[in-house]
Amino acid sequence: MADGKSAKILELNCPLPKVADDRIVLAHGGGGRLTHQLIEKIFIPAFSNAELEQRHDGAVLSINGSRLAFTTDSFVVRPLIFPGGNIGDLAVHGTVNDLAMCGARPLFLSAGFILEEGLSMETLRTVVNSMCDAAGEAGVKLVTGDTKVVDKGKGDGMFINTSGIGVIESRIDPANGLERRQLQPRRLDAEQAGALDPAGTAIGPASVRPGDAVLVSGDLGRHGVAILSVREGLEFESPILSDSANVWPAVEALLQAGIEVHCLRDLTRGGLATTLNEIAGDGDVCITLDEQLIAVDDTVQGVCEILGLDPLYVANEGRFAAFVPEVQAERALKVLRSVPVSSGAAYVGKVEERPKGTVVLRSRIGGNRVVDMLSGEQLPRIC
Amino acid sequence: MKFVSEYRDPKAAGQLAQAIRRKVTRSWTIMEICGGQTHTIVKSGLEELLPKEVTLVHGPGCPVCVTPIELIDKAVAIAERPDVMFCSFGDMLRVPGSSRSLFDAKAGGGDVRIVYSPLDALKLAKANPAKQVVFFAVGFETTAPANAMSVWQADHDGVRNFSLLISHVLVPPAMEALLSSENCLVQGFLAAGHVCTIMGYEEYFPIAERYKVPIVVTGFEPLDILEGVLMIVDQLESRRHEVENQYSRAVRREGNRPAQQRIAEVFEIAPRQWRGLGEIPASGFRLRERFRKYDADLRFPASGEPAEESPDCISGLILQGLKKPHECAAFGVKCTPENPLGAPMVSSEGACAAYYHYGRRQERENTRAELPVA
Repeated sequence: MADGKSAKILELNCPLPKVADDRIVLAHGGGGRLTHQLIEKIFIPAFSNAELEQRHDGAVLSINGSRLAFTTDSFVVRPLIFPGGNIGDLAVHGTVNDLAMCGARPLFLSAGFILEEGLSMETLRTVVNSMCDAAGEAGVKLVTGDTKVVDKGKGDGMFINTSGIGVIESRIDPANGLERRQLQPRRLDAEQAGALDPAGTAIGPASVRPGDAVLVSGDLGRHGVAILSVREGLEFESPILSDSANVWPAVEALLQAGIEVHCLRDLTRGGLATTLNEIAGDGDVCITLDEQLIAVDDTVQGVCEILGLDPLYVANEGRFAAFVPEVQAERALKVLRSVPVSSGAAYVGKVEERPKGTVVLRSRIGGNRVVDMLSGEQLPRIC
Repeated sequence: MKFVSEYRDPKAAGQLAQAIRRKVTRSWTIMEICGGQTHTIVKSGLEELLPKEVTLVHGPGCPVCVTPIELIDKAVAIAERPDVMFCSFGDMLRVPGSSRSLFDAKAGGGDVRIVYSPLDALKLAKANPAKQVVFFAVGFETTAPANAMSVWQADHDGVRNFSLLISHVLVPPAMEALLSSENCLVQGFLAAGHVCTIMGYEEYFPIAERYKVPIVVTGFEPLDILEGVLMIVDQLESRRHEVENQYSRAVRREGNRPAQQRIAEVFEIAPRQWRGLGEIPASGFRLRERFRKYDADLRFPASGEPAEESPDCISGLILQGLKKPHECAAFGVKCTPENPLGAPMVSSEGACAAYYHYGRRQERENTRAELPVA
């Protein structure tokens, strides 16, 4: 490709690496493009079924007339105890929030503990006590569990898996009596839609429509930066606490207020940017954001500036995005702001028709850029 | 946020863009040297604010991009040794060597760690005396003082299990190499502000004079870059070719003397290979004789496998500003951040990755839609 003229002046060379795709790398778990490839190429083909095809934070299941949400999540955070929480409350909040994102009231959890030989009993007690408190606050019961111990060096102190069951209550189901009835998920065939909901409506990417408003329940990046600051030994005048929290009260308030919620998604691994890319892709729409409307705490922003990270991609554990019709946006914001966990809710953008599958951000200085999904881990830059 | 938000102010950006539009009467091609500046330009969508007469081309100032493939291979080989703890800045990990990256070495069991400073690597060496701790010392003048300091400190403290794998390159020789190319399109330079915080900008005067090219030392925020462009356009329109300093809040003419002294004590000027550009004389650093025992390249024997190169990637043309990333046939097709063919697709500072992440691939897709299907 190198044209002859320039090659005369400066010798050109360029690499063609053999791509190593024969092993799992960390980025396969980073929530970005490689994670998606893993899901698309390995898991979906193997386990394919209509419920899995919902591609949501949890599966919504119709069993004997009642609608249940079922989800699972594993927690491998290091350090185990971090500013604002620990792996225990995180494991409760993470699964509770996945249920909430299905519009389901969280009810029951399971917990699987994988403990590393040598873990201090004190740490385990701290973690379990926080789980207990978090479950109590969220109104969920931890009803079954499992424990395994692995050799020293084979686990990072402790891994926790939690699964959860929640119920979608018809009492507050916006499908009843609201215009949502007319909504048909666009990309699901009849069989799949049946698995979702007899009324053909569901909270999920397929219900997102051009014209929807995109709301975010608070400022971004606290959890990721809290974790990083401990890992990297960064110290601040006022420490950044993780935003780890149960967001069901905010979702419940939205549903009870009769807001026609089209989609909910928590902004965990990969942050707002990754989440919105998933929804833009699955919902076949374009999402436009205004950078000026997205709140990031000054200290969080400062850490991101220093480390060369983009807060749009940093993980949160108590924040979610809600897609609602533009006409209801103002009321939905008012409802969200009245609940402590989402008191910092803001309107950040809207859904448009095209370019499909794309997230576009209007930068602070007024230029536009596409916000892509991360290819791997967000890596600190050199300078 | 103080010292950040005032340099991202939309109103001021609009005014600067307006001033550039008023000033410009003909087409100009301006190169920003540093990958950090490229990153800001694409991330803030800054080019949309510029008049069509002003073309920004993206220079070779991304350390990840210009580190030679042979050295990446060497890094991977060292990182795979069981006695080694290999430390690097984060974005070197994904750069493809001939067959593997440092991430692959890590997945294969190598002890590869991301650190934020070579002094952190030195700490690891002190804490792990049974391990050989190697720091991948890449970068321009900006990272040189800390790298020099780590070696000086290791020597001072008698730490023997520490070494640097060095690919240190310098901006002015690269600028001269570009300017002396007969295809050079560049009519003005935004010099890299961070490099100049260390080195000052006295060394740019002879370049501006010899090649009749305006050079403006420029910062990294959107308003810095707009102001830098305005200053260059002003010079070009009035046929001046001077060295000016836009980034005066951080850069002094003489730079940071103590840092320069530390660099000079530890390093000496040497020829360097630049990935995509080839060898440029007197364009980098190597350790002085006294400190050469800290050179990982000498400490660990060569693997012997020749590096494989491919004609598919045009990163040489990209780094010289002769082509834009989306003009490459492989861009976004065979070459993506997941499967990079060349280093500029890896680092967020790399022009190709910056274009890919921030949407220039749309342009490419639009172009491709008009082409017959192969």
